Amino acid sequence: MQFTYPKQKKAGTGQKTLKQNLIAYSFILPNLLGFAAFTLIPMAFSLVLAFMHWDGANVVTWAGLDNFRRLTQDETFRIALGNTFYYVIGTVPPTMIASLALAMLLNRPLRGRDFFRTTFFFPYIASLVAVAVVWNMLFHPAMGPVNQLLVTLGVESPPRWTASVDWAMPTVIMASIWKGMGYYMVIYLAALQGIPPYLYEAADIDGASAWQKFRYITLPMLTPATFFVSIMLTIASFKVFDLIMVMTGGGPGRATNVLVIHTYNTAFREFRFGYSSAIAMVLFVVVLIITIVQFRMEKRWVSYM
Amino acid sequence: MYSLSNPTAGRESEFTSRRFRSGFAKVGTYVLLCALAVLMLLPFLWMCSASLKLDKDVFRFPIQWIPEVPQWNNYVKIWTQIPFLTFFGNTAKLTVIITLLQLFTSSFAGYAFAKLDFKGRDLIFLAYIASIAIPWQSYMVPQFIIMRKFDLVDKHMALILLQAFSAFGVFLMRQFFISIPNDIIDAARIDGLSEYGIYFQIMLPLSKPALATLTIFTAVFVWNDFMGPLIYLNSQSLKTIQLGLRMFIMQYSANYALIMAASLVSLIPVTALFLAFQRFFVEGIATTGIKG
Repeated sequence: MQFTYPKQKKAGTGQKTLKQNLIAYSFILPNLLGFAAFTLIPMAFSLVLAFMHWDGANVVTWAGLDNFRRLTQDETFRIALGNTFYYVIGTVPPTMIASLALAMLLNRPLRGRDFFRTTFFFPYIASLVAVAVVWNMLFHPAMGPVNQLLVTLGVESPPRWTASVDWAMPTVIMASIWKGMGYYMVIYLAALQGIPPYLYEAADIDGASAWQKFRYITLPMLTPATFFVSIMLTIASFKVFDLIMVMTGGGPGRATNVLVIHTYNTAFREFRFGYSSAIAMVLFVVVLIITIVQFRMEKRWVSYM
Repeated sequence: MYSLSNPTAGRESEFTSRRFRSGFAKVGTYVLLCALAVLMLLPFLWMCSASLKLDKDVFRFPIQWIPEVPQWNNYVKIWTQIPFLTFFGNTAKLTVIITLLQLFTSSFAGYAFAKLDFKGRDLIFLAYIASIAIPWQSYMVPQFIIMRKFDLVDKHMALILLQAFSAFGVFLMRQFFISIPNDIIDAARIDGLSEYGIYFQIMLPLSKPALATLTIFTAVFVWNDFMGPLIYLNSQSLKTIQLGLRMFIMQYSANYALIMAASLVSLIPVTALFLAFQRFFVEGIATTGIKG
């Protein structure tokens, strides 16, 4: 839906002239040159690099499927892949539910609506480094206010949060939901405002309950937004790096090591560029497959007016 | 939940009970919203409070939200203990240059994709769209190799080139230009305006809201970017605020109050920008997200 083209003008002007084409190209060229050089070419290059051995200094050698074969024996890769799915599954549904709930709360005439919207959105624009460091202090296992509060409330051994192998990922996920839900709330709010009021008026006349209105009007009318949010959020979650890098650095041990962290470490700490590209390729393929599946399933549950 | 129909109940009493209930619901909503707002802001409030304490008092429990003796000195120390000013300057420079380039090239290209008909348009635009969906991290290594080939590693130019030509900007501008009726353009063409004339005299002035949106998004992105500078910048004198903040955190990990003060200061420019232009943020998200 987002990518539909405008109706082609079917004027009788016949075919476009060379001059028209050249003028149009002159408009896109400044951007296209940079985009091609620093996005499209590297993309193509990464495909090739995944089949090479290269440490960045010596000769490039053909690796064939070596890099991919090695992936199957790389324990860190397997852990990182699992952790990535853990993070995505832990983040996407709760963020969607929370952002929809916030949008529903705010989608009514309320005094101070703008204030609440700004407040919920604010964590999204705050820098990750600052946010991560304050979360780490709040959740500091020994001294943090969260655990001090838990102890005061009678919890004998509160979780050690980012210092514990079991709790590190949930802590990161919590921070991520807190930071991201305001953004998706704004998308849902825009969508809610697009639902024609007469639908609710008609339902009122029929005596529908609040739940029935939500279930049979709001939710179906929101499916395009939900579809969009689910895709954007899934892609964004697979790309997670900054938050984890600053909060846990991928640890403790490998407890929060995700694919992008593994890619980064292999490339920029171990200088195994070819192998790193192979890991990145897996990330790309996984995201691609999931996006395609989401688009395939679109017809089943998304209704456009 | 009110019952479907109850012929015995008088209209009036039903009305009052409904009003009562909706008033009750309203108070409930406010209470809930306020609680959520506090939850969202709590980390920032704590950051603020901790930044004015002595290190030994930062974690004292129960939390003393307003320190007895505010340590304003913390805000002086952060500028002398690390080259914070250099980091600020570097980030500001990158933010301005990248945002300007982004505005110029994206609106130019966005206009062509929206309103001009040319060979290969759909295919090229598809490439742009596809690149939005592909994680940047999956081709960051080849990007780095290309930059190294041009000897741009550890230079600001690398980040400028990487971030000034984003597909997102083109997409956003195109979405905006599409909403402008073709009649305006056709009329201008009949009046003999060239395509460049149409762009500069008609389209550009009309697209101010979209340009503002793109400005905010780009500026916030560049200001907050961590991974780009982490990969490309090594020299102390070139580092950005996020990298500098991270360095500070690692070096002075026990100076909790100073870390909080530095974090807070790093948030100020983006917060100011956001509060001044938040309308455009909301519009931008709605434009790129829902409309088509």
